[in-house]
Amino acid sequence: MAIKRRSFLKLTGLTLLGSTLSTIIGNLLTRGEVKAKGYTQSPEALVGKRWVMVIDVKKCKEGRSTCGAKCIEACHTLHNVPLISDIKKEIKWIWEDTFEHAFPEQTEKYLEELFHGTPFLLLCNHCDNPPCVRVCPTKATFKNEEGIVMMDFHRCIGCRFCMAACPFGARSFNWFDPRPYIKKVNPEYPTRMKGVVEKCLFCYERLAQGKLPVCVEACPEKALIFGDLADENSEVNKILRERVALRRKAELGTKPSVFYLMS
Amino acid sequence: MLEKALVGSKKYWIWVLFLLSIIFIGFLCYLYQFKVGLGITGMSRDVSWGFYIANFTFLVGVAASAVMVVLPYYWHDYKEFGRITILGEFLAVAAVTMCILFVFVDLGQPMRVLNVLRFLSPRSIMFYDVIVLSVYLLLNLLCGWTVLHAEYKGTKYPSWLKPFIYLAIIWAPSIHIVTAFLYQGLPGRHYWLTAIMAPKFLASAFSSGPALIVIVALLLKKVANFDPGKKAMETLSKIVIYAFILFVLFYLFEIFTAFYSGIHTHQVSFKYLFVGMEKHAEWAPFMWAAVILAVIAILFLAIPALRKNETTLALGCIAVFFSCWLEKGAGLIVGGYTPTPFETITPYRPTLPEIGITLGVWATGFLIMTILYKIALEVKTSHELIVKYEGVLYKK
Repeated sequence: MAIKRRSFLKLTGLTLLGSTLSTIIGNLLTRGEVKAKGYTQSPEALVGKRWVMVIDVKKCKEGRSTCGAKCIEACHTLHNVPLISDIKKEIKWIWEDTFEHAFPEQTEKYLEELFHGTPFLLLCNHCDNPPCVRVCPTKATFKNEEGIVMMDFHRCIGCRFCMAACPFGARSFNWFDPRPYIKKVNPEYPTRMKGVVEKCLFCYERLAQGKLPVCVEACPEKALIFGDLADENSEVNKILRERVALRRKAELGTKPSVFYLMS
Repeated sequence: MLEKALVGSKKYWIWVLFLLSIIFIGFLCYLYQFKVGLGITGMSRDVSWGFYIANFTFLVGVAASAVMVVLPYYWHDYKEFGRITILGEFLAVAAVTMCILFVFVDLGQPMRVLNVLRFLSPRSIMFYDVIVLSVYLLLNLLCGWTVLHAEYKGTKYPSWLKPFIYLAIIWAPSIHIVTAFLYQGLPGRHYWLTAIMAPKFLASAFSSGPALIVIVALLLKKVANFDPGKKAMETLSKIVIYAFILFVLFYLFEIFTAFYSGIHTHQVSFKYLFVGMEKHAEWAPFMWAAVILAVIAILFLAIPALRKNETTLALGCIAVFFSCWLEKGAGLIVGGYTPTPFETITPYRPTLPEIGITLGVWATGFLIMTILYKIALEVKTSHELIVKYEGVLYKK
C-alpha cells in the first residue's frame, strides 16, 4: 500500500515532536547533567570545602621591585594564556592594578595616598555566590564541590553573559584564535580556541596532584596564602582572625574568596 | 498564499533586490567574522556586548509592541484596527526573527548554540528568553497566517484559534520583561540594576513599535494603495505618544534617583553618556540626538493638529523610532559597561564589518516583513475594489 503524502507528513511531524519532547523531558529529569561514575581522589590530592586566597598586600609591595611579578608569569606560562598587546582584546587570569581600580568604591583620598604605588593582584574571586554561574545558559561555568568557579571551555557558546554578570572584570574572551599569541605552548595544559570565555581556575588541576596554585608557589615573598576556609584550623583562618582583610565589592553579596590583607 | 509574494510590480522587485544585496554584504561580513572571530568587532574585554545585543534588545521591544494593535482588536473588539492587526502580527514575526539572528551572530561559538537546549539551565534568564521568544514567534506566525488564510478563503478564522490569539496577547509583554531581566539582575552594573528597567523597556517598545507600524502604513498607502483607515491611524498615533511620554518620564525618574540621592555609582554612566568622562565622550552626540528627537516627537505627536497631519505624524513617528533606538542601541549597552568594574573608560565603537552584519540582519527582517506584508495586502485588497484617480484613493 502506498503511503499518502498527508499521513507521511503526519508521521514525520509526530516523530520529530516525540523525539524533541523526550529529549526535553529527559533533560529536565537529569537537569542536563551527565552523572559521572564514582571517582576517587588520588591520595596526594589537596582536598578542601572552600578554597580561598589571602593576599598580603604589604609583603607583595615590599618584594615587587625584585620579584618581577613571577606569580603572573608562572600562571600565564603554565596555563597557555596568550600574550595579546591590544588591551581591548587582551586575556589575563591574574594581573596587577592600582588601589583605585581594585577598590573603586573606596574613594577616600587618604586611602588612595596610603596605597599609592602599592600593587594589587587581581584574579577571579571564586565567589561563594557567583553571579556568572547563575547567568550561564549552558552551565559551562559552574561551582565545584571545593568552591572553585570552574569553566568548561568545550561547552561554552561564547555568549559572554558571564562577563556582563561579573562585577570584578575577571573574565576574558578569546576574540581571536589565541594559539598564535602563545610564546611556548605547555603541552600539559589545554590551549583554548576562539570564541570562548576563560579565567583563573584556582589551579584545580594542581590541587588534584597535591600542589598549591602556581602563583602561590611562585611568589618569593610568600605574599599569597592559599587554604581551606571551611577548615577552622587552616592557616588562612588563623590569619583572617588576626589581621584586617578586605574583599573587593563585598557589598554586592557575591562573597568573594580572595582576601586582601591591608595592614 | 505564498504565490502572492512571487508576483509584483517593478518597484516591489527593486526593493526586494535591494534588500537581498544588503543581506549578501552582511553575509560576507559574517563569513569573515565566523572565520576570524568576534575580534573583528569593536567589542572588547571591558565592553563585551555591543551593537548586536543592543539591536536585539530594541527589536524584542518592536516584536512585543504588536500587542498594541492586536489587543484592542481582539480583546476590546475595536474594529478600526481590523486592517492593521495583521501588520502588527507580521511585524512581530520579522522582529523576532531579527532578534534570534542578532543573538546568533553575537555568539563566539555559534556551532554550539544547541548546547542551550542540551544543558537546560533554569537559573539563567537566557533560558527563559529562549522560551518566550520562540513561543512568541510561533504564536504570531500561527495567528497571523491562519486569520489571513481564512480571509483569503472568504471565511471567518476557525474557533480553535481564539485561545492562541489570547495567549499571544498575554505572552507579548513577557518577552520584553524577560529581556529586561537579563540586565536588571546583574550585580555591579549600576546603569542596569534598576527595577524600572522592565517598565521602561515596555514603554519604549510600545511607542517605537507602533510608530514603525504608522510609518509603514503611511508608506503602504503611498506605494501599495493600502488604506489603513483614518481612525485606526489616529488611535495608533495616540498610543505612540502616550507610551513615549511614559518612557521619557521613566528615564527622567532614573536620572532623579541617581542625582538626588547623590550616589556616585548610580551617576557615572549617565555622566559618561551625556557629557563624557576622562576626555571620553564618544556617545554624547548620540544621546543628545536622542534627546532632541524626543523633544521633536513630543511636539509633533502631542499637539492634536500636528498629529492629525500625515506629514508631521510621519516625522513625529520617525523621531520616536530613532529616539528609542538611540536610547537602547547606543545608550543601554555602552552605559551598562562604562565605566568598567575598575571605574575606567574603554571606548566602544562598532567596526565596519560589525555594522555590515547588523545591516544584513535588519535587511533580512525587512525582507521577511516585505514578503509577509505583500501577501497580507494582496489578500486584503483582493476582496475590494480600489481605484486611484488623480492621486486620491476611492474605495467601494
